[in-house]
This record gives sequence, C-alpha cells and structure tokens, in this order.
Amino acid sequence: MKISSSTRRRSTAPYLFIAPAVLLFGAFLALPIGYAVYLSLRTVKVRGLGLGKGSREQVWAGLSNYSKAVTDPDFAASVLRVAAYGVLVVPAMLGLALLFALLLDTPRARARRFSRLAIFLPYAVPAVISSLLWGFLYLPSVSPLYFVSDRLGWDLPNALSSGSVIYSVANIAVWGGVGFNMVVIYTALKAIPTDIYEAAKLDGCSELAIAWRIKVPVVLPSLIMTFVFSLIATLQVFAEPVTLRPLTNTISSTWTPLMKVYRDAFTRDDLNSAAATSVIIAVATFVLSFGFLRLVQNRAFSQEN
Amino acid sequence: MRRHTGFRLAALAAAAALLVTGCSSNGDTQSTDSAPKENVKLTFWTWAPNMDKVVAGWNATHPEIQVTVNKQDGGDPAVTKLLTAIKAGSGAPDLMQAEYQKIPTLVSADALADISKQLGSGTSGHFPESVWKSVTLGSDAVYGVPQDSGPMQFYYRADIFKQLGLTVPTTWDEYAQTAQKVHAADPKKYLGTFSANDPGWFVGLAQQAGASWWGIDGESWSVSVDDEATLRVADYWGGLVASGVIDNKPMYTPEWNAALNSGNQIGWLSAVWAPGVLAGSAAATKGKWAMAPMPQWSKDQPATGNWGGSATSVTSQSKHPAEAAKFAEWLNTDPGSVDALAKVSGVYPADQPGQSSALSAPPAFFSGQADFYKVAAETAKTARSFTFGPNLNVTYSAYTDEFGKAAEARSRSGFTAAVKAMQKTTLDNLKSSGFSVK
Repeated sequence: MKISSSTRRRSTAPYLFIAPAVLLFGAFLALPIGYAVYLSLRTVKVRGLGLGKGSREQVWAGLSNYSKAVTDPDFAASVLRVAAYGVLVVPAMLGLALLFALLLDTPRARARRFSRLAIFLPYAVPAVISSLLWGFLYLPSVSPLYFVSDRLGWDLPNALSSGSVIYSVANIAVWGGVGFNMVVIYTALKAIPTDIYEAAKLDGCSELAIAWRIKVPVVLPSLIMTFVFSLIATLQVFAEPVTLRPLTNTISSTWTPLMKVYRDAFTRDDLNSAAATSVIIAVATFVLSFGFLRLVQNRAFSQEN
Repeated sequence: MRRHTGFRLAALAAAAALLVTGCSSNGDTQSTDSAPKENVKLTFWTWAPNMDKVVAGWNATHPEIQVTVNKQDGGDPAVTKLLTAIKAGSGAPDLMQAEYQKIPTLVSADALADISKQLGSGTSGHFPESVWKSVTLGSDAVYGVPQDSGPMQFYYRADIFKQLGLTVPTTWDEYAQTAQKVHAADPKKYLGTFSANDPGWFVGLAQQAGASWWGIDGESWSVSVDDEATLRVADYWGGLVASGVIDNKPMYTPEWNAALNSGNQIGWLSAVWAPGVLAGSAAATKGKWAMAPMPQWSKDQPATGNWGGSATSVTSQSKHPAEAAKFAEWLNTDPGSVDALAKVSGVYPADQPGQSSALSAPPAFFSGQADFYKVAAETAKTARSFTFGPNLNVTYSAYTDEFGKAAEARSRSGFTAAVKAMQKTTLDNLKSSGFSVK
C-alpha cells in the first residue's frame, strides 16, 4: 500500500511539475497563435448597405489575406524601411555596447560602477517615455538643443523632416538599447580567466591588442546573442514611431510592419488581414534569427571547445 | 494548506459561475416582461465631464428608471470597447455617447438600436436639420438623440490683429491675403496651420464648401470624397502651404501649444469648444482671443461645417430600449437637463430651444466677447449637412498618411492628389469588404 502510493506519486510527479508550464504555454502562447492563424484564413463579408443585423458574416478566405498582405505596396515599403532602420540601429548599438564594455574592462578605468549604471539607466526607461522625451528634444520651439544651437548661431536641420526622421527614431532605439547589451558583453568579459591576460602581457601584448585578439574573440558568443536579440527588436519596432507620429507629418500609419498590423486591426477593424500580416512577421522573425544562428554556429561556438 | 487554497479557489470559481449565470438568467426574464414592475437599471457610457451630476437630476425624478454613468476615456476607446462587447455578445451598456462620424460604423456593426418608434414626434424639431441627419443617416431609422454639436468658427488673437492693423477675414480670399500679411510682418508668425493629423477638422472645412463624402442611394453606398468642393478646399490649402504663408505642422503638439502661447500662431479655424482647448494649451493668452464666423466661399450664402459633436444612442444589447430611449430624449431635450449639460458638463447643446437660455454668458477664456454664444448660435444654423460612411476610419487614416506627405512636401498638386488617393482607398475598401457600392 505504502510502496504503491509512493511509486504512483513518483510517476505522476514529473507531469505535475511541468503541468503549470504546459498549461501556461498552451493557454497564452499556442492557443492565441493557433487562433491568429485561423483568423488569417477567414474574412468578413458584408451584404448590401451593411447596416443592421445579419449584414455581415465570417467566411473562409483561403490564402487571400496573405496574398493581399505581400502585394500591398505599403507593406513592402515598411519592410524596406525597417531593413534600413536595422542597418542603422544594430551596428551602432552593438558597436557602442562593445566599446563601452571594453573601456569599462580596462585596468585603468575609473568610476566603473557609476559609469556602468549611467550607461545602463536608459534601458530602464520605457520606450514610450523615452520617445516622448526625445520627441520634445526634436521639436525646435520647445527643444533646449535647438535653443542652444540657435544662440550659437548654428542652423540645426529639422530632426523630424522626411529625410532625417529614420535617424531620429534609430537614435532613440540606440539610446535605450546600448546599456542592456553593454551589461551582457561586460559580464562575458568578467568571466575571462585573468591568467590569459597575464600570459598575453608576458608575450608583450598591449591593452589594445589584448582587447582585439583576446577579449573580442572570447565574447563573440555574447555578441551573437545580442545581435539576435537586436534583430528581433528591430523587426518589432513599434513604440518609438507610434509615439512620435502625432508630432510630425513624416511617420505614416504603416511606417513599420507592426504599425500596419495595428492599423489594420484597430483602425480598419480588419482583424483577418492583421492576423495574416502578423503571421508573416512571425515567420520572418523565426527564419531570420534561426537562419543567422545556424550560419554562425560553427564559426562562433567551435572555438570554445 | 495546499488543499485549503485549492478548495478556496474552487469555491470562488463556483461562486463566480453562479454570479454569471444568475446575472444572465435575471436579464432574460426581465426582457420578456414588457412592463417591468421592478426598477429598471440602465448603464450609460460617456466621457462628457460631470455627466453623473446631470444624470442625478433624472434619477431623482424617475425612481423607476435608474441610470448609472460609466465614465469613458474618450470617443475612440469607447467605440473600440463597444465593438468588442458587441462581437462578444455581452458587456455593452444600455446607452452610449456616440460621435456623429462613428454612427455609421456602429450601425454597420449592429451596435445601435433604432429608436424611431420610442421617441416623441416632436423630437426632430429640437435640432438643426444637419445634426438630425447625422443620427438618421438619411433613413427613417433614428440611431440616437443629438447631444452636442461643434459648429466651426474662426478664432483669432484680437490684440495682435489690432497691432498689425488687420481686419477679420470674411471670405477665403481675404483669409489668404491676411495670412500673407501676417507672415510678411513677422516670418515666425502664422495665421494658422494645415494639420494633416486632424481629419475631422478637414471634414469641417470640406463640409462648409458643400462636400458630403458618403451617400445612401437605395440599397447602395456612394462615395464622393473627391467631389468638386473637397478638391477646391484641398487646392486652396495646398496653395497656402506651398507659398509658405500657412504653417504645415500638425495641431495638438507641444510645438503648436508653444506657438499659440507665444503668439506665433495667431489664428485657429476651430469649433465652438475651442475656448476649452485654448485654456489648456495657451493659458498665457487668456482674454486676448476673439471669435468670428468662418471665412466664406460665397458671401451671400454663409455656411459652416461641424467639427465634433455626439449623440446619446441606445445599444442593440440593451434589454430596456424603450426606457433607455426615454432617458436619451429627456437628457438632450428637457430644458432643465439641457441647461445642466451646458453649465455643469460644459458641452454646446444641440437642442435649439434650450441653447439660448442655457448659454448667455461667454466662456471665461473669451470673457471680453459678450456675443460669443449669439455668434455661435447664428453660425450653427448655417452648418451644412454631411453624411458619414461605414468605413470612415479607413478614410481618416488615409487622410493622415496622404496629407502628411503633401503637407511635408509643401506641394500644391500633392493636396489634390491626396484627396484622390483618399477616394480610391475608401472605395476599394468598401468594395473589397462586400458593401454594395454605386
């Protein structure tokens, strides 16, 4: 009696342990994804004037929502824009993060704790708040930046004009993202055994050579991880342009792919098209991040073994 | 311990389930009862300030029909919430404040009840024809009782006009000349701005020129965003923006507030609720503003448009449409209630008989202009009617995108091209959704 109950408990225990995770995954991830895929294959048809009861019904749409999404010139433009935005943001953000991490890691660095906190702090500011803050700085008549440059007789270009708005949005993302990536890379640097540095110094290596020949190769896996995170964040850029949008004429309602999803779902009340576009974005994110990881896997991680 | 929590959870779930079923069965029995003996309880979604105090007047005199006000964040969030509740099949209030331009969208989603049978025969006589048409969509049905309206006027800095020796423009030609004089006197100053972020504002301007973007023709919709009147208005503003005498930045930004405060924006084509906005955005300029009728296209046929305004509608989920309609009628036509709407809630009532007595003193921000509400009432009578369509949101978001490009490029031809692009987007969207379109 005693034995059988304890074996039974042992055999059910693993399931009990994973049950919460499976339930949460099912209820809040798998089910909504499945529902989004279902919605993306349906559409609402209206009859006549579309006024009153029974004038609309949901019908199967096949893949028409998908073909509509990929042939939409607004969608293509938003994808190209995000690609350009990614080319601006990702190298700038990771380059600065690596630079700051290496600087903090040099033996002569002072006020390390303060600098680390100061660089990390913008990451703790929510994107909507930081966009509002930068938005004020970008508007000439309320911005201290423009006030000072005006006094100095400089003529700053308008930060929100059609040519420069992408840099202004990218700037907010870089400002907010450098700190987090810096901490990840810095932590990896701290894990390097110091005897490697001693050996390098005995061989006559300068600090610069140590950074380039030892530190950067050793933290490469962290750089790859932060790159994948940044790539995903780039594909999902939403809060910054949406917050800046009311301040300017130059950010359209389909400026990024996610903004188009939002517009279709909540402005046009067309959940089905929005679902199709979000499935496309999800698949693209998946393919890009896993494709990149496979590509660099051998090169980056083989060195460790 | 663990079993205890589990039990408690189960008990809670059971109680919740009982509550839910209890509510719905209760509702069902009441709906079959046409003359309820018990008190009827109604909920009312609105975002008008202090509406609960206005409604208290009804609750005190009508113990058998009690109305509870449920404050909303504003027009758009309330519509999104209501549409979700309609799709879900429950959760909608009995009464809802509905902006005129959203009524076709709401009717199209079967969210509003037709209350034409419940209203008194004289109700329509309380309102200007253009306003009444917004709640009937030109049909025999009535989808709400008009509450407030937003007839447009021209607001300007009287002190700066005097300083620069300007007269108030009465025609659009004069407006263009005045804009040029203002900008020539000081390149930082503008008579106004063309805002690509405010489709409702542009609709008011087009409406004044005689546009009506949608229409119902038998069993089909017609779309005429690119009619002659709208193209004329777009071309006029395109000319002003292209020549640089009118600013091209959106309204309602920190930049715009700063310009209003500093006297760099010295005019605003706005609606009767403008004093409230100016008091918030340009507090430093109190008492320096004046209001005049809109500049006109034709002097012998004075006209204006509406920017904003809303009705009290009964939702299709209400179990007590008759009682709800009775309340909506009282709220917006009873002299005491209209008086409270104006004084307590601060809205510009659409009810014509009640309007004049309710609004005798000018708003505090315009304390120098004794005839403020007299001018407002006169212009309100000249508001042209405008039919909104069921895919207004599509048209409005096309407006912000297309006019955003045109205003940024300061291109006159871009303004008329924007109107044509809006027409195409609106029409394509109606057709692809399956609406029958002429």
